[in-house]
Amino acid sequence: MAYSSKLLDYFENPRCAGELPDANAVAEVSNPICGDAMKLWLKVDGNRIVDARFKTQGCSAAIATSSYATEMIIGMDLMQARAVTKEQIADALGGLPASKMHCSVLAADAIRAALKGFA
Amino acid sequence: MKRIYLDSNATTPMRPEVWAAMLPTFNENFGNPSSIHWFGQQAKALLDSARQEVARLIHAESSEIVFLGGGTEADNLAIRGIAEAHKAKGRHIITSKIEHHAVLHTCKDLEKQGWEITWLNVSRDGLVDPEDVQKAIRTDTVLITIMHANNEIGTIEPIEEIGRIAEQADVYFHSDGVQSTGKIPVDLKKLKVDLYSMSAHKIHGPKGVGALFIRKGTILKPLLTGGGHERNRRSGTENVAGIVGFGHAAKMAREGFDSETAHMRELRDRLEAGLKARIASIHVNAETAPRLPNTSNIMVDFAEGEGLVISLDLKGVAVSTGSACSSGSLEPSHVLTAIGKTPDEAHGSLRFSLNAMNTVEDVDYVLGVLPGIADRLRELSPFYKRA
Repeated sequence: MAYSSKLLDYFENPRCAGELPDANAVAEVSNPICGDAMKLWLKVDGNRIVDARFKTQGCSAAIATSSYATEMIIGMDLMQARAVTKEQIADALGGLPASKMHCSVLAADAIRAALKGFA
Repeated sequence: MKRIYLDSNATTPMRPEVWAAMLPTFNENFGNPSSIHWFGQQAKALLDSARQEVARLIHAESSEIVFLGGGTEADNLAIRGIAEAHKAKGRHIITSKIEHHAVLHTCKDLEKQGWEITWLNVSRDGLVDPEDVQKAIRTDTVLITIMHANNEIGTIEPIEEIGRIAEQADVYFHSDGVQSTGKIPVDLKKLKVDLYSMSAHKIHGPKGVGALFIRKGTILKPLLTGGGHERNRRSGTENVAGIVGFGHAAKMAREGFDSETAHMRELRDRLEAGLKARIASIHVNAETAPRLPNTSNIMVDFAEGEGLVISLDLKGVAVSTGSACSSGSLEPSHVLTAIGKTPDEAHGSLRFSLNAMNTVEDVDYVLGVLPGIADRLRELSPFYKRA
C-alpha cells in the first residue's frame, strides 16, 4: 500500500473539513462499489471559489484526497476548478495504487457536480 | 513508538524456542532426510519427531501427516487430489461461501474445468447448516470441504456433525483447519474428517510450511510428480528447517493450550466489552456464534475499516480489515456479505486477532486510542449525526 507521508498527513490532519453554513453550492457524490461518499460545500463569489469545506466517509486515501482537493480549489476561478482531475489530486499526494484511483474521483466529481448551476 | 500486534490470523511472531530449534538444521543437521548415511538419518530423525508433534496436536497418527508448503498447498492437495483421483465417481463438490480463498479459488478453478460446485449459504452468524450439507449430497458428490474456523469472523463450523453426514454418505470430507489448529481442541480420532489443512506460521512457527492430515486409506492424486517423498503424497526434498519449527510450535501449542487459549479469550472479551462501553454504534460480527478465542470482528458505523486500520497503525497498533480496500480490490469481504452485511457495513469492519503473547496492556492501549479514532472519522462522515 505504502501511502506517502503527505497523504497520511492529509488523512490524519485534514484541512478544510466540516460544513460551510453560508455555502451557495453543495454536492454529494458516492462510489456505489466501495461505499465511499463525499459531500462538498462551496462559497462562490462571482467567478471564484472563495471558501470550501468537505466531509467524507471512506478510506484514508478518500479522506486525504478530499481534503487536498478542497483546499486546492479555494481561490480558483470556476474554469480552473472544473479542470481539476483525479490524476492531478493523486499525483500531488504522491500517487495512488490503481485500485485506489476511484477514491480521488470523488473529489473531482464533487467539484464539477457542485458547480453545475454556475455558468 | 510502541508497536502492538493484533493481527495473528494473518501471521504470528515465531516463538524464540521455535527458531532456536530450527537453527541446527541450517548447519550441523543439514542432511537430506532421504539419504541413508548419518547426515541424512539425523535429518530424518528430526523430521520424524516433528511429525509426531504435529500429529499429537490434532490426535492423529504421524503416518497421516504430510508436510508441504503451507495452508494454501494443503487445501489445493486435498481438493484437487481427491477430485482428480475420484472423478470417475462424479464431478460434484460441496463447499461454503465463506471459505478461505485457497479453497474458494480452487473450487472456482475446478468449476471452470467442468466440475459442479454447490456453494452453501451460511447463517447471519456465519454458520453452515449441516442439514444443507445433507440435502446437497448427490450420487456424484466426491468431496465436501468446509472450514473448521473462519479467518475473518472466527466462527467455528459444525464439522463434527458434517463429518458424520459425510461418513454416512461415503463422501470424502476435507476441513481447512488453518485457523483452528492450536486455538481450539481438534481431535481427529473423533472427528470424521478425512483431510485437514494446517499452517505453521499461524501458531508461532515459520512461514512456508504446513501440513495436510490425510486419514489412513484415503486415495488422492499428488499435485507434484517427483521422488515420492512424504509417502508419495508430496514430492520434493522436505523443508527440514521449517518442519522442525512447525513441530516445535505444535509441541508448544499443545503444552500451553489450556492457559494460552484461556488467556486469549480473556483478552478478546476484555477488548470487546471495553470497546462496546466506550464507542457507540459498534457491533461484534457473529457475536453469538461459537467463535475462536482470539478473533473479534467489529463493525464501526460511519467509519471505514481501512481508515480505522491506517489510523491504528499510525498509533502503533496492527490490525486488519475484511474490507477489500486494503487488499487492492474494491469488493467487500465475501465472508461479511455472506453473513448478510451490506457493502457499506462490510467496509466498516475491523478484525482483531490476538495471540498468546499479547498482554492486558496491549488491549488497554487499544481501548485508549480507538474511541478517539472512531470519533474523528465519524466527525468527517457526511452521514454521521452526533447523538
